[in-house]
Amino acid sequence: MTTRTRPLSPHVQIYKMPFTAILSISHRITGVALAVGTIVLGYWLASAAYGPVAYGHAQAVLGSFLGKLVLFGWTAALFYHLCNGIRHLFWDVGRGFEPAAADKSGRIVVGAAAVLTVLTWIIA
Amino acid sequence: MVDFALPPNSRVQPGKVHKAPAGAKNVKVFKIYRYDPDSGANPRLDSFEIDLDACGPMVLDALLKIKNEIDSTLTFRRSCREGICGSCAMNIDGANTLACLKPIEDIKGDAAIYPLPHMPVVKDLIPDLTLPYAQLASIKPWMQTQTAPPPDGERLQSPEEREKLDGLWECILCFCCQTSCPSYWWNGDRYLGPSVLLQAARWILDSRDEMTGERLDALEDPFKLYRCHTIMNCTKTCPKGLNPAKAIGAIKEKMIERRL
Repeated sequence: MTTRTRPLSPHVQIYKMPFTAILSISHRITGVALAVGTIVLGYWLASAAYGPVAYGHAQAVLGSFLGKLVLFGWTAALFYHLCNGIRHLFWDVGRGFEPAAADKSGRIVVGAAAVLTVLTWIIA
Repeated sequence: MVDFALPPNSRVQPGKVHKAPAGAKNVKVFKIYRYDPDSGANPRLDSFEIDLDACGPMVLDALLKIKNEIDSTLTFRRSCREGICGSCAMNIDGANTLACLKPIEDIKGDAAIYPLPHMPVVKDLIPDLTLPYAQLASIKPWMQTQTAPPPDGERLQSPEEREKLDGLWECILCFCCQTSCPSYWWNGDRYLGPSVLLQAARWILDSRDEMTGERLDALEDPFKLYRCHTIMNCTKTCPKGLNPAKAIGAIKEKMIERRL
């Protein structure tokens, strides 16, 4: 008798991810982005402690168009992760599990994150 | 572990095309995953052009028509054809459901049909479900008691206590939710998955069961229960309209309640 390894059926290649799944993976991705962004924040603080020359250099890097673009992305990630984290707290107390409610809370999270991000950049 | 790519022996190749009969006016293409364990060849995607004017309304009707009239080697599980046995669970149009409950007209464009995702394939649309069945057995899905039953009758339950089991007892164990869950795809060897956890909740929440503490102890593990990240694919895909994500949430709440 010969045994052959059975093939694995297609998964992520063929599955149409619902809105809730896309928000879930976004939560993970923004979480990783925030961890990386914290290093940038550390660099900025360290430069301030190091002296005016280093601080000026850091300000120039972060103040450049590319620097601002990264910071904008970081703020968006921060607010999305924060708002979706609050959504998770509602689930933790057993609320919002119905499919329609989960879609609605997801739309609220995306909307709130967008508003907070834009508002922050208008104020800053 | 997370591995997005399929292993080399699992990559799907283009397959045969079966043309519609001449004169067919209402043609729909069904693209169906095929795997023949005897040939040793990689899985392939066959196209069947079906005249919907000569076919029943459900996806299962189309599969039976193909098997009866075009290619008798097409292999799939089916039994009740009314959504109660759970045999014909498969991935249709990108989501898991029962072929017997899925209307063909709900599918826009070509109808892609695959076996339940991220499972070893026995043949064509038949996945090997050994793992989820073993996981189901591991949560002891039967009533466990320590006290003797009343001498004059059954163990009674109030209507309110019985109500807590609604949305849990209806599960037919088709494993649509189990195999829709990315967490189960990546950690299926250690995470119990939505359908098995819904069954666990069914016994944890049963007022007559007297092993609630032991059941919770068995789930207190970084993987068995807590790999659920509320992705909600399970709830979105359940062909019976049940809510495994909510059931898992209920178990997590019980875990916290008993610590207070």
